[in-house]
Amino acid sequence: MTDAARLTAIIADHAHREGPLLPILHDCQHAFGCVDAAAEAQIAKALNLSRAEVHGVVSFYHDFTPTPDPRPAVELCRAEACQARGVEALVAAATGAAGSRVNLKTVYCLGLCSAGPAARVGDALHARLDETALVALVNAQ
Amino acid sequence: MTPSPTKVRISDDALALACGADGVAAAFAAAGCTVERVSSWGMHWLEPLVDVDGLGFGPATPADVAAILDGTSPKAIGRIADHPFIAGQQRLTFARAGRTRPTSLADYTATGGWAGLTRARAMTPQAVLGEVTASGLRGRGGAGFPAGIKWQTVANAPLGPTHPRKYVVCNADEGDSGTFADRMLMEGDPFQLIEGMAIAAHAVGAGQGYIYVRSEYPHAIAKLNAAIALAAEHIAPFAIEVRVGAGAYVCGEETSLLNSIEGKRGEVRAKPPLPALEGLFGCPTVVNNVLTLAAIPHILSEGGAALYASLGVDRSKGTMPIQLAGNIKRGGLYETAFGITLDDLVNRIGGGTASGRPVKAVQVGGPLGAYIPPAQFHLPFDYEAYTVADALIGHGGVTVFDDSADMGAMARFAFAFCAAESCGKCTPCRIGSTRGVELIDRIRSGGKPAADAVEALPQMHNARKAGRSRADDLQLLEDLAETMKFGSLCALGGFTPYPVMSALKHWPEDFS
Repeated sequence: MTDAARLTAIIADHAHREGPLLPILHDCQHAFGCVDAAAEAQIAKALNLSRAEVHGVVSFYHDFTPTPDPRPAVELCRAEACQARGVEALVAAATGAAGSRVNLKTVYCLGLCSAGPAARVGDALHARLDETALVALVNAQ
Repeated sequence: MTPSPTKVRISDDALALACGADGVAAAFAAAGCTVERVSSWGMHWLEPLVDVDGLGFGPATPADVAAILDGTSPKAIGRIADHPFIAGQQRLTFARAGRTRPTSLADYTATGGWAGLTRARAMTPQAVLGEVTASGLRGRGGAGFPAGIKWQTVANAPLGPTHPRKYVVCNADEGDSGTFADRMLMEGDPFQLIEGMAIAAHAVGAGQGYIYVRSEYPHAIAKLNAAIALAAEHIAPFAIEVRVGAGAYVCGEETSLLNSIEGKRGEVRAKPPLPALEGLFGCPTVVNNVLTLAAIPHILSEGGAALYASLGVDRSKGTMPIQLAGNIKRGGLYETAFGITLDDLVNRIGGGTASGRPVKAVQVGGPLGAYIPPAQFHLPFDYEAYTVADALIGHGGVTVFDDSADMGAMARFAFAFCAAESCGKCTPCRIGSTRGVELIDRIRSGGKPAADAVEALPQMHNARKAGRSRADDLQLLEDLAETMKFGSLCALGGFTPYPVMSALKHWPEDFS
């Protein structure tokens, strides 16, 4: 649930920018774990946009979600370079370890392409993962 | 008198951190050393690489600290600058890699920083444009468009009531798998990018710049923000702001990127109008890749343009920071003049595969680049030579696959990736990619002996009533590739056929 007063402050933080929508959505997602319908309506009103326009932007980008997911997240890179280094063989074990407790997400490229398979937890990066290391990483969340 | 503590340099590049550099740095600090965090040399298989008075040790763990300090470590690689991987390179854009602290203005200035900007600002904008054109620099983002011509177009663009300003936008949405040079540059030498943008702004008459960085690069975003704050007075009145992407691969396409900065869906715009004439907020805009802009300070230094133009081959001038990635023994950043062959890159410099198995394929240019078999490893790294071979250089990523790779699966992945990341604006990309996945699945599962229940319905007048042979399906795949290549608005749909058709051409056995 978004806090209208806190969102008002976020919007005010970015109001001076050219094209403030994406920075506002990032901060909203960060603060509340999602950009829900109430937030979309409030942002639309503040920026003089239609709710459809804001919803169109929110739904376009992978980083914004309509509902919060309280589970810890592990982002596993499954792009070509990590595939070449064997990430696909680790997916089954990682999915098993994650179960429904951890949100195991797929991303395409963390820029660690010479040292894959790679994963990201928050801003912490992990490279040269094998099955043991990846399962341990998932279990540690 | 107590001896001064040993000075140890360890990278704080994201890849070094992912491999445990912070732990190693903490262990050296605990052992009484002075630890300096610098940029990465780009020898990724040796990260975390420890630099003690120019001598290298890697890949280091906290357990190696004592042995490194008493000189008995088996991980010694000798003088880092003399290592064949480094000594063989011609580093212009990455000249400071491994040598300076990324957000130290003192280090930047002491290594020739701001010389290009100072010289450029003493020249007329037209003279700066002349030097950039003379250097032969082409856009490093993938299209290879001459930077000087793009800048000249923006410089010549008239201002008006609906477009009263000009912008410089840096495309740092490095989404291609197998590429990391933009990330390393932003994390390792952010002032160089800032200086390049300030020179571009002087040349075209822009007052505001934006760097659009993907959200998957949190370390690069932090370094850039810190560097911009420190450099503000050096580049004033020009100002730069970092904008963070939101997980859309297609935003690496320049018009989609501009829409994203404006706060819109990252949908591709039709060209014309060119962004150089109607770009960000409808104003004339320079959009260049990180590596293009980062090459500028060198080019604008005394004699830089002539030196740059003297390197490379044919119409591909200067150096290219090539990224060796995937299943490769010695992966990392290798900056060299154009013209080097894949055989040199993959086998001599990269040492073959990390798994020790034979090389099956390399993909050059990211997810939209062609798969190249060892039989074509003589190809020189050159924009035109690759075009002739139905391949592309793209952003200079070289991803190596060993013989366990299933090229049919990689072709399917290319379509699936395009389907997941398509912005949806044009039909060939949005729908063609999904049909492509289905078609490859059908080819790989043995075809379609008869019409399905829906196709057999009498009201489906245009549906085919007979089954499809493998030859029919391959013809269909070729038609689909043609439609996407020539009918898509941007490179995402337009180049997806490259990996698909190259995989089919060179490894047809993986499709049965």
